[in-house]
Amino acid sequence: MSSPAIEFDGITKRYGRTTALDALSLRVGRGELVGLLGPNGAGKTTAVKLVLGLVRPTSGTGHVLGAPIGDRAARARIGYLPELFRYQPWLRAREVLTLHAELAGVAPGRRAAATAEALDRVGLTDRADDPVHDFSKGMQQRLGLGVALLGEPELILLDEPTSALDPVGRTDVRAIVRSARDRGATVILNSHLLTEVERVCDRVVILHRGRVIASGPLDEVVAADGVRLRVSDLDDAGRRVLAGFGPVSTDGDWLSIRPLDAARIPEVVAALVATGGRVHAVEPGRGSLEARFLELVTAPEEETA
Amino acid sequence: MIVIARLTVRELVRRRVVWVLAALTVLSVTLVAVGLDRLVSLARADGTNELEIRIGVSQVLILIAFMFSFVLAMTAAFVGAPAIGGELESGVALAILARPLRRAEVLLGRWLGSALIVVGYTAASGLLAIAVATQISGYGPPDPFLAVAFLSGQALVLLTLTLALGSVLPSIAAGAIAVVGFGLGWMAGVLAGVAAAFGVEVLGQVAEVSRWILPSDGLWRGVIYGLEPPLVVMLATGNLPRYADANPFYASAPPPLGFVIWSGVWIALVLGVSSWWFERRDL
Ligand SMILES: Nc1ncnc2c1ncn2[C@@H]1O[C@H](COP(=O)(O)OP(=O)(O)OP(=O)(O)O)[C@@H](O)[C@H]1O
Ligand SMILES: [Mg+2]
Repeated sequence: MSSPAIEFDGITKRYGRTTALDALSLRVGRGELVGLLGPNGAGKTTAVKLVLGLVRPTSGTGHVLGAPIGDRAARARIGYLPELFRYQPWLRAREVLTLHAELAGVAPGRRAAATAEALDRVGLTDRADDPVHDFSKGMQQRLGLGVALLGEPELILLDEPTSALDPVGRTDVRAIVRSARDRGATVILNSHLLTEVERVCDRVVILHRGRVIASGPLDEVVAADGVRLRVSDLDDAGRRVLAGFGPVSTDGDWLSIRPLDAARIPEVVAALVATGGRVHAVEPGRGSLEARFLELVTAPEEETA
Repeated sequence: MIVIARLTVRELVRRRVVWVLAALTVLSVTLVAVGLDRLVSLARADGTNELEIRIGVSQVLILIAFMFSFVLAMTAAFVGAPAIGGELESGVALAILARPLRRAEVLLGRWLGSALIVVGYTAASGLLAIAVATQISGYGPPDPFLAVAFLSGQALVLLTLTLALGSVLPSIAAGAIAVVGFGLGWMAGVLAGVAAAFGVEVLGQVAEVSRWILPSDGLWRGVIYGLEPPLVVMLATGNLPRYADANPFYASAPPPLGFVIWSGVWIALVLGVSSWWFERRDL
């Protein structure tokens, strides 16, 4: 159990001339709940598929649950909800789960119970005997979640698990993910819904153009509080005063100081006015994952490289 | 592999493919029965002698078998092409292939399940048609089981080809290529006969090679042989031995054993190579 859940060692993946992952190194420990973030095309789905052996690395190596990535036996201990979730439309929900239980190697005597449990977990018990064909998109995603949870896997890979879910469903997913982690499972969650990620994940990894641009515990990655100001007639003395409060960056007419304790904003304004600066606008910036994400992803190339 | 084969059979039953095939069987057997019944009773009323009727019935059966082999080729293409390709396109395959099983197991399981249905359909439909024809005319082909076995073999070759192509190409392309290949193979077979009759060696070699590349037409010769009364064979070899072989609806001998073995090897090879490819492709 000491081996990490996932370990990528300089994995590069190219599709023809597109580089999806660029020498990606990544480590996810057992029992972690990690959010894998990044703009469209960053390589999140590719990274998840690599873990399962659905795609093969162009170069580099990786391990999952102590075995090389894509290892067949290790896949028995992994649950997966694909980004493109589709299940045999001509089967009933219960039959899809039973099939997966069989394929995952759940003992014959345990299959019915495991299936019923998964149905209950994702709220599909009422519709268990309806064909998947008649399911709405969100119901199909719930079924996919059930498939991913089947047989208590050690590692659960969820590629945008809430993309089709209503607000109630999203709350359910949060509860599901937390209880899986409490059971000791490792969960990797790809998502664009940063507030969701912020609410459940212990750690985030942000990918951009196939590379990790930030990673770490949530509170380290999340941007600190700060302030944005529009000021005119600012002289050098004023700038020095501002720099005394914290790191300053400029963006057109706007200045921002981050990190800065929100309680100190009136002090900043008073100091500016004292040096003759004219303050037109003050915007307190609350630290959030989204703010940090935008900052990182829209930063000029040199800074992210 | 067995799980996937069972799943495939269940899919073909649930999606009503099996029922459509059963309905087609009933329809085609009824048509054969009515048609032959009219033909034979008209001929007898005309005073045509029994020998001629017997030859006539065998020729009609061969013609029907030819049309049936075309229907079978289409069936095999429709069942085979989406077996792997369809699920890759829809995304169903992603969840399945993330499970601890080899991709080759999925491919072979799909093949096995589809093969069961296609061969079952061929056997049921073919034997029933022959039985009905025998009942009506009083004459049966010399070797109905051999004919049906070769017909099944032909269907299996096409099923294998479409399934294999479907694992690397879009399923529509796979189906289309297989049907065109079937047609070309048949034409090459005709050409081979003509070439042999007129001694055009190069053409003969090209046709011969194509027969080994796609063994469906070679197996078709076996179907004819199983349906051809020995009498016709005798007549033909007595009169025009060389030219008779140019007739695509005539065979003086079954395909050589070596060719039958090659067909089996061909199926195994195609499945092997496509499994190898499929195992390595990105999904
Ligand atoms: N099968 C494929 N063939 C060719 N290129 C691909 C393939 N799959 C992914 N790519 C490319 O790889 C890059 C990464 O794609 P990936 O699907 O991993 O992104 P993602 O981070 O999951 O994006 P999204 O947020 O849109 O889901 C993209 O540039 C994409 O175009
Ligand atoms: Mg994605």
